Amino acid sequence: MSDPKFLTLSGLEPLVVRPDTNFVNIGERTNVTGSRRFLRLIEQDDFETAVEIAREQVDGGAQILDVNMDEGMIDGVATMQRFLNLIQAEPDIARIPIMIDSSKWEIIEAGLQVVQGKCVVNSISLKEGEAAFIQQAKLIRRYGAAVIVMAFDEKGQADSLERRIEICKRSYDTLVDQVGFPPQDIIFDPNIFPVATGMEEHKNNALDFFKATQWIRKNLPHAHVSGGVSNVSFSFRGNNRVREAMHAAFLYHGIQHGMTMGIVNPSMLEVYDEIPKDLLERVEDVLLNRRDDATERLLEFAEQVKGGSKVKTKNDLAWRSLPLQERITHALVKGIDQFVVEDVEEARQAAKAPIEVIEGSLMDGMNVVGDLFGSGKMFLPQVVKSARVMKKAVAYLLPYIEAAQEGKPEAAGKILMATVKGDVHDIGKNIVGVVLGCNNYDIVDMGVMVPPERIIEKALAEKVDAIGLSGLITPSLDEMVYLVKELNKTGKNIPVLIGGATTSRAHTAVKIAPQYDHTVVHVNDASRAVTVVGNLLKPDSNKKYKSDIKSEYDDLRERFQQRSEHKTYVPLAEAREKRFRIDFKQQSPSVPKQLGIHVLEQPLHALVDFIDWTPFFRSWDLHGRYPEILTDEVVGTEATQLFADAKAMLQQIIDGELLQAKAVFGLFKANSNDQDDIEVTHEHETHHFRTLRQQLLKSKGKPYRALSDYIASKDSGVQDYMGCFCVTAGFGTAELAKEFEARNDDYNSIMVKALADRLAEAFAEYLHKQVRTTHWGYEPSESLSNEDLIKEKYSGIRPAPGYPACPDHLEKETIWEILQVKERINVELTESLAMWPAASVSGYYFAHPEASYFGLGKINPDQLQDYATRKNIPLTTATKWLQPNLNE
Amino acid sequence: MKNVEALLSEKILVLDGAMGTMLQAYNFNEEDFRGTQFKDHHIPLVGNNDLLSITQPDAIYEVHAKYLEAGADIIETNTFSGTTIAMADYALEDHVTQLNVASAQIARKAADDYTAKDPSKPRFVAGSIGPTNKTASMSPDVNDPGYRAITFDELKVAYKQQATGLIEGGVDMLLVETVFDTLNAKAALFAIDELKEELNTDIPVMVSGTITDASGRTLSGQTVEAFLVSIAHIDLLSVGFNCALGADQLKPYVQRLGQQAQCYVSAHPNAGLPNAFGEYDQTPQQMCDLIESYMIDGLVNIIGGCCGSTPAHIQLLAQAATTHTPRKILQDV
Repeated sequence: MSDPKFLTLSGLEPLVVRPDTNFVNIGERTNVTGSRRFLRLIEQDDFETAVEIAREQVDGGAQILDVNMDEGMIDGVATMQRFLNLIQAEPDIARIPIMIDSSKWEIIEAGLQVVQGKCVVNSISLKEGEAAFIQQAKLIRRYGAAVIVMAFDEKGQADSLERRIEICKRSYDTLVDQVGFPPQDIIFDPNIFPVATGMEEHKNNALDFFKATQWIRKNLPHAHVSGGVSNVSFSFRGNNRVREAMHAAFLYHGIQHGMTMGIVNPSMLEVYDEIPKDLLERVEDVLLNRRDDATERLLEFAEQVKGGSKVKTKNDLAWRSLPLQERITHALVKGIDQFVVEDVEEARQAAKAPIEVIEGSLMDGMNVVGDLFGSGKMFLPQVVKSARVMKKAVAYLLPYIEAAQEGKPEAAGKILMATVKGDVHDIGKNIVGVVLGCNNYDIVDMGVMVPPERIIEKALAEKVDAIGLSGLITPSLDEMVYLVKELNKTGKNIPVLIGGATTSRAHTAVKIAPQYDHTVVHVNDASRAVTVVGNLLKPDSNKKYKSDIKSEYDDLRERFQQRSEHKTYVPLAEAREKRFRIDFKQQSPSVPKQLGIHVLEQPLHALVDFIDWTPFFRSWDLHGRYPEILTDEVVGTEATQLFADAKAMLQQIIDGELLQAKAVFGLFKANSNDQDDIEVTHEHETHHFRTLRQQLLKSKGKPYRALSDYIASKDSGVQDYMGCFCVTAGFGTAELAKEFEARNDDYNSIMVKALADRLAEAFAEYLHKQVRTTHWGYEPSESLSNEDLIKEKYSGIRPAPGYPACPDHLEKETIWEILQVKERINVELTESLAMWPAASVSGYYFAHPEASYFGLGKINPDQLQDYATRKNIPLTTATKWLQPNLNE
Repeated sequence: MKNVEALLSEKILVLDGAMGTMLQAYNFNEEDFRGTQFKDHHIPLVGNNDLLSITQPDAIYEVHAKYLEAGADIIETNTFSGTTIAMADYALEDHVTQLNVASAQIARKAADDYTAKDPSKPRFVAGSIGPTNKTASMSPDVNDPGYRAITFDELKVAYKQQATGLIEGGVDMLLVETVFDTLNAKAALFAIDELKEELNTDIPVMVSGTITDASGRTLSGQTVEAFLVSIAHIDLLSVGFNCALGADQLKPYVQRLGQQAQCYVSAHPNAGLPNAFGEYDQTPQQMCDLIESYMIDGLVNIIGGCCGSTPAHIQLLAQAATTHTPRKILQDV
């Protein structure tokens, strides 16, 4: 802005395109014409996931977000506005400017009307004549946006250098002279067309684009040039290896000629320097039209590499003939451990000292991995595999290093990792540990259920540079707050990283950060961990980073506090009055066929069909629905590989009976009372489940639910029933994982745990079905596919303590008491009421067809007090356990 | 008479202070607010300060006169809520044009009376265009982030009606102020731009945003710089900040704005932050000392007061303004 001739855009923050700005990267996955996945989400009305795609784009480094809703079946105007409204509500997405992309003027205008920042319109042209062009440009100006102008006029699209120049010049003059459009707000798209099509007239397509770009930058002052790069390789569809090379080379030359921004799919892009020389030469021959037989030569080459892409097939051993360092790097990047010992041995013999192999060859290779990961060109499962190769190599070298009495190689920093007291979940923590480990950090992993004083003691003794805390269940949040408070008392300045499924940026900012005088950062995925730790430890710039984090969290906290004031809650008595009412006389409860407690041991093979794979991919930071994720454009290849590995291990587990699945469940007589309790009778003993009721103000006529609403009350005179259960697939997991860890195989150690979790969930689903069809038998003829089960199409629910309908973990103790879970199947509760083994699920069964899942939300102090009284526990105890759900 | 742009290149101009604070002293009751015209209106009207331009015009004139007497160069019309959107709360949508014309005429007369008294100090009227009580880029429903209570087109229509009334009543410039959602301001600027074309007029436009808290951002989440970028497509007389903060909290943001803005810079902060009872207790001298530091640092071209400021505050500011030079406008490179 200080120089008005720079193109300047804004979201919540400004984006200034200065002469030294290398290249502005436009995120293009939120485009229904370019991403099948995004289109599917929009068509399925899954805007939540669609918003996540936008977030991934921003996290992945997009500086402008292109949004396109041009699809025949979609209401473009409404969808554009709805999606933009939703992403405007996400500060970390709304940060960057929006590119409103449509061929329909009404969609463009609809987009411009809902975004406060300065957008880019993509695009307008002289296609419909000068009058329409001027009219649209004037409106765009009035809305305060920049514009992409296509090289298109009344006669058609510019397909030669002369036509490109003619149209761009005319467009520019019209905009600047007649509309008064600021020249720096004009971005030309001089048409990227396919090359190597075999047609004579296409030979200069790329070259003409480059020349037009150069001409524009020289002759149309302050204007910019952009383009959709993937068009250029259109004739090589299906041959990603060649396409990726073409995109990289095209971009390289485009930028050299003055291209300032562009739409590129980062997963379809090779690194220019990594394009094999012979391929690059042929690609550039085509792009620059350097020889008559350029197309034939590239086609010939393409034939040889057909079907291949960046990921070579397992059997392709051509890389074995490369020089040593390249073999080592290749093995690390591709995660191939087959030859690493022999390669490392060769390197060791050539090195002066064995330590040099680690510090030199292996670190060089890992740096490549780090760079690729950092720039979004590798995905988490691949990096974990790289780490496996690295560990194997280091393990081989260690005896030599010790024999030579050398020190360990100097690490980038020392990070303590721990899952907090009472919590047993460690998949995420382990992944972060591995990722940091392969970025040359020394990891002190304290495992799970680590008491705070031991964490602090260890952190001080080991002089760690940062502490990473992980937790999955809600009580872990309070453990983290407590730990940070204690750490503060030591007066030491050790940055703390917070992660795990239950943690959030908001919780970290509002609850944890104020307890610590130094830095606390929430890290929501493993891929961010490296950057965050890097920034925290960078000696020259960490002060600024830390103070940025602090002010970001201060800001968030303030907003959060302001926001929470807007919420209104109704008194408990009123909520009870307006409870969800079921007429149990109308539809009387079905009587369980097998009342009482049952124990079973379950062969694993029957569970496979019940596995919901989507969360499995999520635990590896691969986001998307199964099975579509397997064909996803960005992560499809890695997801498919991961899935194959998972299936193979699952088969091993089943064949070798390596994990044991057990369950205990009970079906009992039950009735609710007027205090939201459910009274359960078993063998003349009465137990109480204390349920909690929604209190957040709802629109008129909507009920305030508690689980007890699903059970007939005593007063009704109707005898009702409920069930509860605990299943586990976790016995054997820890042993297996340890075996893999002993072999330096983190990939498979994490895999075992992730699979055990999935099996436990599958078991819960399977058992629920058995209960519905047989043991309780209220739906004897049910036959639903796995997909329908995952979508919960059946009748009745199985809510679990600790989850939204009943976030209170304390009720697990009641389940343990009734079912005698520990005695019967040996699953234990930790002090934070996590289940051990971790791969276990417990919950209730409600059979009534009107029973549905809901989220409790926050509750008021009146209900907290009431709950403590009902449960006969001190208020302080109740407060501790219900903390995350209290409205304060 | 010199035009305002010419004057701004020579001296710091002073904007008036709070209208609401001054009107409180009159203790108007429901009957006073209704006057004769709205005697039988079906809902209560007390608290609708804009309406007083119609029902108590003498009081409004009197407040303007006090600020002019104190030395203000620019007075703001009593039209902060003068849109169909804000007036819907009082079911007075049908009287919006009347209200804006009447307010502009009262301020016009007051300004002209003082210019006549001392032609060497010309006085100007800025038509005040408030933010309305709805936001176009934020959802009022926490459970539905995609929901919006108002659309761009609805805002545009309402703002256009208000601006038309203000221009008809004779204002010298338009002031889009207390912008907490930039999209609302963009709708206002869109409407004004259309109107300027239709009326073939070149009335100057001022924009004043609001930084809501120490985050240094607008309520809609934009940084100072992003706010400026988002409204820079319109040719503005000045851009600045007002309300929400006192002069000391506001200063760094005015400074950042000045580093980027291509036009004149304004600031009219509150008289400090409100105390526990919602009152502003910064004294005229305290406020003036803080604002004088803006002038010493060469940050501003237009200075004034928002909530809690009185003629006594403005009088000190006006005295201080004469002893300092205005901020130099950034030159195009």
